[in-house]
Amino acid sequence: MKGQAALPYWLAGPGVLLALAFVAIPLVLTFGLSFSPFSDQTGIGEGFTLSNYGQIVSDDYFHEIFLRTIGLAAAVTVVSLLIGVPEAYVLSRLKPTMRAISLVIVLGPLLISVIVRTLGWTILLGNDGVINNALMAIGIISQPLRLMYSFTGMVIGLVHVLVPFMVLSVWTSLQKLDPATEQAAASLGAGSSTILWRIVLPQVLPGMLSGGLIVFAMSASAFATPAIIGGRRLKIVPTAIYDEFLSYLNWPLGAALAFILLVFVLAVSLGANRYIERRFRQVFQ
Amino acid sequence: MAFLELHDLGKTYGDHVAVENFTLSIDKGEFVCLLGPSGCGKSTTLQMVAGFVSPTAGRIVLDGQDITNVQPNRRGLGVVFQSYALFPHMTVADNVAFGLQMRKVPKAECQAKVEEALALVQLSALARRYPKELSGGQRQRVALARAIVVKPPVLLLDEPMGALDALLRDEMQIELRELQKRIGITTIMVTHDQAEAMTLANRVVLMSNGRVQQIGAPFEMYEQPQGRFVSTFLGRANVFSGIGTSDGVTVSGRNLPSVAPGLEGAVDYIVRPEKLTFTNQDPLVGGTVKARVFLGHRWLYQVDTAIGMVELTEANLDLPSACEGDHVGLTWSADHVRVTAQGKAK
Amino acid sequence: MSHTPLILRLFHWLFMVFMLAPLVVVVLVSFTDKGYIAFPFDGASLRWYSAIWNATGFIDSFWLSLGLGIVSATAAVMFAVPAAMAIAWHRFAGREAVLGLLMSPLMIPAIVFGIALLRLFTHLGLSGSLWGLGAAHTVMVLPFVMRLVIAAATGYDHTLSQAATSLGASGWTVFRRIELPHLVPGIAGGWLIAFITSFDEVTMSLFVSSPGTTTLPVRMYNYIANTIDPLLASISSLLILVTLVLMIILDRAFGLDRILGGKA
Repeated sequence: MKGQAALPYWLAGPGVLLALAFVAIPLVLTFGLSFSPFSDQTGIGEGFTLSNYGQIVSDDYFHEIFLRTIGLAAAVTVVSLLIGVPEAYVLSRLKPTMRAISLVIVLGPLLISVIVRTLGWTILLGNDGVINNALMAIGIISQPLRLMYSFTGMVIGLVHVLVPFMVLSVWTSLQKLDPATEQAAASLGAGSSTILWRIVLPQVLPGMLSGGLIVFAMSASAFATPAIIGGRRLKIVPTAIYDEFLSYLNWPLGAALAFILLVFVLAVSLGANRYIERRFRQVFQ
Repeated sequence: MAFLELHDLGKTYGDHVAVENFTLSIDKGEFVCLLGPSGCGKSTTLQMVAGFVSPTAGRIVLDGQDITNVQPNRRGLGVVFQSYALFPHMTVADNVAFGLQMRKVPKAECQAKVEEALALVQLSALARRYPKELSGGQRQRVALARAIVVKPPVLLLDEPMGALDALLRDEMQIELRELQKRIGITTIMVTHDQAEAMTLANRVVLMSNGRVQQIGAPFEMYEQPQGRFVSTFLGRANVFSGIGTSDGVTVSGRNLPSVAPGLEGAVDYIVRPEKLTFTNQDPLVGGTVKARVFLGHRWLYQVDTAIGMVELTEANLDLPSACEGDHVGLTWSADHVRVTAQGKAK
Repeated sequence: MSHTPLILRLFHWLFMVFMLAPLVVVVLVSFTDKGYIAFPFDGASLRWYSAIWNATGFIDSFWLSLGLGIVSATAAVMFAVPAAMAIAWHRFAGREAVLGLLMSPLMIPAIVFGIALLRLFTHLGLSGSLWGLGAAHTVMVLPFVMRLVIAAATGYDHTLSQAATSLGASGWTVFRRIELPHLVPGIAGGWLIAFITSFDEVTMSLFVSSPGTTTLPVRMYNYIANTIDPLLASISSLLILVTLVLMIILDRAFGLDRILGGKA
């Protein structure tokens, strides 16, 4: 290693200054903003007030938005687990060529703009969209289902955006799995469902948990997909922040909402990460 | 005046002493091995000579010039690393040319020197290959060529055989020795393998716990080990604790022969297994053969005696002299015994 | 594999359909000859592709996004490479904090990041400027470059640097001739993923762009908020095509699963 003790600071210095200027300082400024008073007539005022937080805590309008956000994140996480975990397992059992193609199909959309993907879902989900037309043509339904501007539609769109992270996370822990453990279980007389349940699943549990965390945190903070599919009516915290800033120009209230969201997301991901590490450290070294 | 002098060299990391009081003079063209178990400070010493570790005490003088504080890239020494450290993104020829380029050698001259160095290590045919396309032995030769092409005053080798398998190692040892003699380069090599050190070196520096235990030519060191550590690290030895008296050494109540005048007080009584013979007449000690092991060129016996377990080896000429369980007598000559004061082994 | 149960194989195909459906439908709709989005449709045409050439706003935004992606990915590499070397090769006080700070843009919701930067840029009088947009994107993509360069640097054998030094190379020469070539694959992968991330970014950019500096995703978002017509589908199809090419390069060179690991 290099001798000079100051060298790493010189190397990291420019990056640190950049991140301080454009991450730390803006966050501190915004935190301060969330304590500024606001009135519709005079705009942002001077002074210190807790009224923005007070309004969020007391107003049913915001309660509904927060509950919907948590519900949306929970639903997206559960659906992603239900379809992402089996998919990762199937992937691990495919032949190499098939697996490579399937991996590109699963992970590739991550590189494609969220707007493009969401546009596809609006075409599929509309009242006159592909899904409704197909279902009515087969005769399963007589009235179009309300999928656009609905909670279900938001869940479908977000699952499509975020399920690759779940697959990736479980896939990574499946790759670490020693195939000999499955053979050992079989040699001891376990059937294939017992092997899956008692041997494979416990070993991929950390992957499921960290995948679930990523999906939960990202769906709670997603903006574009819920904004397009959910529309103005089904507001969640990120779309509410957008409206406070760019429609109502009530920046202090928007800043307060943003801080609650930030703390919530950081608490979920950091806190649960700690738990996962502690819980599984001894087992998975 | 010696070519390379290390004066009282020392290195401490906080409370930990890695090397202390290391003093050694090396003549031009000499091949010196630093030998010792891992953690004995031999690698740290080599790193101090190379300039990658700065000593906390002492001086390094090369050809009359103090280089203790000279940067490693200005010392001009040749170094061969245990991992060879070949640059993976350069061809064999580019690897060898690197040091010449650093010295701003003109292109044509550089090419000629690279060819000459590769011919010296018999790798001319592989000049366009990349390191990952070479075998272990070939990589080692490239590393050697890269180090010597710049005609360094001193060549430093850090466990150069460590990554080779046993058969190849013997072959490369002989090759390295011939090459070193041919170009007459002053060489310091670090190794933990005592056989390797004895094969290659003019002089061996045996180290343990950061200190020099003994410096000498391999034969002299083997025959006259100064203490328990040297005798057991360099080959096999029977070592007994005893009390020195005016007419011999007493071990477990028996008087054993040694060359007069002996040391007095607590001593180590050292005799090599190949110096012992079986005898029926007037044995020094007697005992039962506990184990007999075939080593190929020799037989090794472990004999349980009144002075402890004694090892004896015998050349594999005819049928072995004794079987396990046999009662045997052992004898040896006082000339083959070394007696050293106890506690001298640091 | 033959002993994968039928139901799992069926599930796998449904999953593939689910992942591809919205993309395929966008591409199909882009070939409609109607003036509105309908699927299935009768007549195919390329009219919505020729319409792109008249949509000057989208074309301007495309060039802006392309330039922004190139500039911010390149700037992120300049900041990230030395920082990643410090993190991977040195143990120093505050190393964990530095790493946490540089990776933090990954942890912060884009919407929060966006309003925080809006607040800062308003304060500095930079709002809506190209400088602000560039700085915002550089910070945003910094973690992606960091992660790949740290991964590349971690496998480096430091005796290579010692060997070059012993042959007379100065510190700068060792970096340029030995260390940098070792980091190049990580830098290239990091640059590409940073470029794609910047090119696709919408949420944060909504707050730091202005009518004069509207990136392509922001313009598409604003457009969708008003109407959805096949023009968006033809533009999206071109984007899918370009991404597909980049994706194949990335997968061949690095493996998608390794590059995208833990994107959040």
